[in-house]
Amino acid sequence: MRPNAEKSILLEIKDLYAGIESREILKGFNLTIREGETHALMGPNGSGKSTLANVLCGHPRAQVKSGSIIFRGENLVKLSPEERAKHGLFMAFQYPVEVTGVSLFNFLKTAYGSVKEKIDYARFGKMVRDEAEKLKMDPAFLSRYLNEGFSGGEKKKAEILQMMVLSPKIVIMDETDSGLDIDALRIVSEEINRARESFNPGILLITHYFRILKYVRPDFVHVLVDGRIAAEGGAELATKLEENGYEWVRG
Amino acid sequence: MNKERDLKNLKSSYKLGFSVPEDYVFKSKKGLDEKVVEEISAIKSEPLWMRDLRLKSYQTFRQKQMPGWGGDLSQINFNEIYYYLKPTKTEAKSWEDLPKGIRETYNKIGVPAAEKKYLAGVKGQYESEVIYGSLLKSLEEKGVVFLGMDEGLKRYPDLVKEYFGTVIPPADNKFAALNSSVWSGGSFIYVPKNVKISLPLQAYFRINAANMGQFERTLIIADEGSFVSYIEGCSAPVYSTDSLHSAVVEIIVKRGARVRYTTIQNWSTNVYNLVTKRAKVFGDGVMEWVDYNGGSRLTMKYPSVYLVEPGAHGEILSLAFAGSGQHQDTGGKAIHAAPNTTSQIISKSVSLNGGRTSYRGLLQIYPGAKGSKSKVVCDALILDPQSRSDTYPTMRIDESQVQVEHEATVSKIGEDQLFYLMSRGIPEAQAGSLIVSGFVEPIVKQLPLEYAVELNRLIELQMEGSVG
Repeated sequence: MRPNAEKSILLEIKDLYAGIESREILKGFNLTIREGETHALMGPNGSGKSTLANVLCGHPRAQVKSGSIIFRGENLVKLSPEERAKHGLFMAFQYPVEVTGVSLFNFLKTAYGSVKEKIDYARFGKMVRDEAEKLKMDPAFLSRYLNEGFSGGEKKKAEILQMMVLSPKIVIMDETDSGLDIDALRIVSEEINRARESFNPGILLITHYFRILKYVRPDFVHVLVDGRIAAEGGAELATKLEENGYEWVRG
Repeated sequence: MNKERDLKNLKSSYKLGFSVPEDYVFKSKKGLDEKVVEEISAIKSEPLWMRDLRLKSYQTFRQKQMPGWGGDLSQINFNEIYYYLKPTKTEAKSWEDLPKGIRETYNKIGVPAAEKKYLAGVKGQYESEVIYGSLLKSLEEKGVVFLGMDEGLKRYPDLVKEYFGTVIPPADNKFAALNSSVWSGGSFIYVPKNVKISLPLQAYFRINAANMGQFERTLIIADEGSFVSYIEGCSAPVYSTDSLHSAVVEIIVKRGARVRYTTIQNWSTNVYNLVTKRAKVFGDGVMEWVDYNGGSRLTMKYPSVYLVEPGAHGEILSLAFAGSGQHQDTGGKAIHAAPNTTSQIISKSVSLNGGRTSYRGLLQIYPGAKGSKSKVVCDALILDPQSRSDTYPTMRIDESQVQVEHEATVSKIGEDQLFYLMSRGIPEAQAGSLIVSGFVEPIVKQLPLEYAVELNRLIELQMEGSVG
């Protein structure tokens, strides 16, 4: 691990106990993310990865029992989901919801208007089309209803498109790699790497699989087991896990 | 809750809740009896057959039970209603010729401005009578008839006698009987063979007086190969007592003709809106109902298509919005009585702030209507736990060689949808509006632009402050 004291801390989670409704899932979770750092969070099913994502972006059913989450100097738990977004938090959802009658373009323009600034149609149109092109998304997707009838891979690409346009301070990716075929995985990974170069966000990459880590090289790898970090290290930890499985961490 | 305060709140979100002083040519006494019916007929100097039809219908009205289904009708007091109010002596051909109060009312609603921009003809009904009328000269020259129903009866007695009450007989239901006995105003339209009217005709119905009953009667005859789009709007002042609107609309779509009938119902929430609308569609004819119900305390209305010859097609797009204290019991009926007929019913409803929507529909396919196809889709969106939605679909399919689809969904406003939008920085109220306008978009986009804008504005008003 190479903690870098010069980089400012974006997100600091200390001794977090939290869950979904009354079910406690995270039990003493700690994590610090500084700007520009990419953290991979791995772990077996049910270890609490998605719960953490939901707690961070303020899902109404997510409950924090104790501990603290400080995001760029603010107590994150006190902020509403839209305030979190305005403060620079972005979540790439595992299952983005469908919204009939609202085009991806209008949705994104509305979001951009609240998170960033009001922008004219033409300028925004160009910006979004450019990003879509880099993701090899058909521009027709922009006028389609939000996520409606999108394939799994298209939904994930649409999430990355939103991330690129909104250029947040910190990105939480909840299994963005699942459901992507190998070509889509490469394209999405390239975009994530481009985001790192262009706006340097802190990234929390939640994943089951090792393959995305070959394209998006993490600075840190954390292994979550039963609601707490069971092991952590640099990128080499991912390789070790791939060879030995999670049993090795538990053992 | 304090009734006065309720009324005040209501007035602030309902923009057309004002009233102007009554200064009328004639106002019948309160309540209904044979004398009132005879009086209406006498004032209109009608042919005897119509007077008899009214009196017979009055008896039917008295004998018929109130519907035992639908919404709560127990608060309607038929003795407290004024059944006939004649505001002016004659129908004006120019807005300037109308009394100031009436003219200003229509200006506020925006009818004269719309007329200049995109309408082929206009009827303005105020209380019981059509007080204004216009029609493009070019259409008049082609033989298009667009009159108030009373005027239509005077000038085309044979045509009216041939069709009046043939699609909706007075005995059809209690409120059709009531309308048949005291009807006044409404539109009479005849579109000659192969005449296609490109701009819409519009009627605007305004109730002004308290405890008013408005009973317009509309008859549209689209001759073979013709086309007409008819749009009606309505509004009323906010009163603490109830008004009753009970219309009957009959439409004849002859071979190869097409009629589109659009309603933007924006009554104040003290109006009971109990309307019977039905179209009879002949070979290869097309009937389209676009029915928006956003106002009224209770609406019971199920626009219907009777497909009586091969190739006839009917479409019903129903959109309902029920807020606090409102019940929209709406839907549609498609009756297939001939082979190779097709129909589609799409209903979308939104309930919020304790409002209630019900989808009530009938799909009937008679024996022998082979090769008929129908699709029924009803979606309900419920915005909060106080609100409610029910679905009452009825299907009577008595022919096996048919294709029928039925889908129904009820969604709570997606907590997940709301959260998804909010997590992108969109405030809760705006996220709610986006979801609702997205939900109704497939129907709104069917409307001419001006009405789509109007409808979105009405929906926004109803949504104001309701989420968040």
